[in-house]
Amino acid sequence: MFGPLIVKPIKSKGDKTGAWRIKLRPKFLQKNCSGCRMCISICPEGCVQGKDKNTFICDYNYCKGCGLCALVCPKGDIIMTEEEAEGEKK
Amino acid sequence: MKEFLEGSRAVAEAIRLCKPGVISAYPITPQTHIVEELAQMVADGELNAQFVNVESEHSAASVVLGAVATGVRAFTATSSQGLLYMAEVIFNIAGMRLPLVLTCANRAISAPINIWNDQQDSVSLRDAGWIQLYAENNQEVVDLHLIGYRLSEDKSIMLPVMVCMDGFILTHGMEPVDIPEQEKLDKFLPAYRPLYKLDPAEPLTMGLLADPDYYLETRFAIQETLKEALSFIPKISKEFYGVFGRDYKDCLIEEYFAKDAEKVIVAMGSVCGTIKEVVDELRKKGKKVGLLKIISYRPFPYAKVYEALKNVPLVAVLDKAVSLGAYAPLAIEIKATFFGKKKSPKVVSSFVAGLGGRDITLDSIKEIFRKLSQKEVNQEFIDLKPELLREEYGG
Repeated sequence: MFGPLIVKPIKSKGDKTGAWRIKLRPKFLQKNCSGCRMCISICPEGCVQGKDKNTFICDYNYCKGCGLCALVCPKGDIIMTEEEAEGEKK
Repeated sequence: MKEFLEGSRAVAEAIRLCKPGVISAYPITPQTHIVEELAQMVADGELNAQFVNVESEHSAASVVLGAVATGVRAFTATSSQGLLYMAEVIFNIAGMRLPLVLTCANRAISAPINIWNDQQDSVSLRDAGWIQLYAENNQEVVDLHLIGYRLSEDKSIMLPVMVCMDGFILTHGMEPVDIPEQEKLDKFLPAYRPLYKLDPAEPLTMGLLADPDYYLETRFAIQETLKEALSFIPKISKEFYGVFGRDYKDCLIEEYFAKDAEKVIVAMGSVCGTIKEVVDELRKKGKKVGLLKIISYRPFPYAKVYEALKNVPLVAVLDKAVSLGAYAPLAIEIKATFFGKKKSPKVVSSFVAGLGGRDITLDSIKEIFRKLSQKEVNQEFIDLKPELLREEYGG
């Protein structure tokens, strides 16, 4: 008899880590962005996307709300906001 | 062909025939000779395996875990502190349902440090989900390794097997051993076919997080499989008899003059040979004594033990390990076998002997038969030296 033993890689993508956020989520203001891409580099979930300045955004299905992007942004163009205030907590 | 071999050499010969692809081990007395011999075989080109030298037993166990996970047959051996150092990985190997054979050259546990034989090391890991088989002599050691691989890799079992052989007594003891021909072994043991394996072409994850929604079932499945193994081991044993001609019956227990006996000792491992000699001697004098040898300690064959001992009035359990602060490990199982049952021995007495390599002599066994009376005793230490003990230290 066997219990659950192995998992195929697709599972990791199916695991919406956005559910881990408890209070804060990043807000990409897209106003003073210089397109330095540091938010992409630092995101532990790899869920930030964007190409030119003021186009960067993260996928809230996977964003765990760690706040590193907001911390690293040299232009202060990413801020952490209350989930409730946004009114769209997942 | 029968050869006069040291126990460790016999194990190495048996493993060579099983053709593992990966061997990894860290030296520890009294296991070292086994992997020394295997390393030599690999160096001489007699065995086409990768021998991985590692910096610890934790790594040795991890290497063979990884090897089996990629679908390769593997082998490792250890003793005592080494087995305890492997403990974390030992549970993982069973939990990941990876078939493996490990030789445990049974040795006492520190402190105080002691390199000699008892069975505390493997007994301490009884709950890990491994099948544990205990050998009486070096022929059994060889055969249990062959049976071990066959059992472990069967798609209905997929659990690791620990073959326990008493350190020095068997590992360093010379005996005539029949090492089977390769042809026969290939007939008995087909190539390992994993149910799943690590393969970059078809990625998967093993042994990952199982939250409270999943973990319980993984343990239930191992428990059920070990119960099923109690009826599967005898089938493999029968197959083994068919190919090699040596009959281990159900390969769970061995009864030696136990049927009509008034006094029976229950034991595991090489001490059973000593007990058989005493039984022979006492039987000649007309005393109805016998032996019940436990081969499979995990899974524990409760039903077989019940049948074997239900009509025996006096039973002594001889443990070469202790569960400090509680009944001795094997005694617990024997007592549990009979709780609430209709038929039962009047007395199940428990004796502890041979810890840290203290010789269990013919006289020690006779003393156990003598002390086995209507008055039940528990954890009675045999051959204890009271002169080494004192109630207070210092002053």
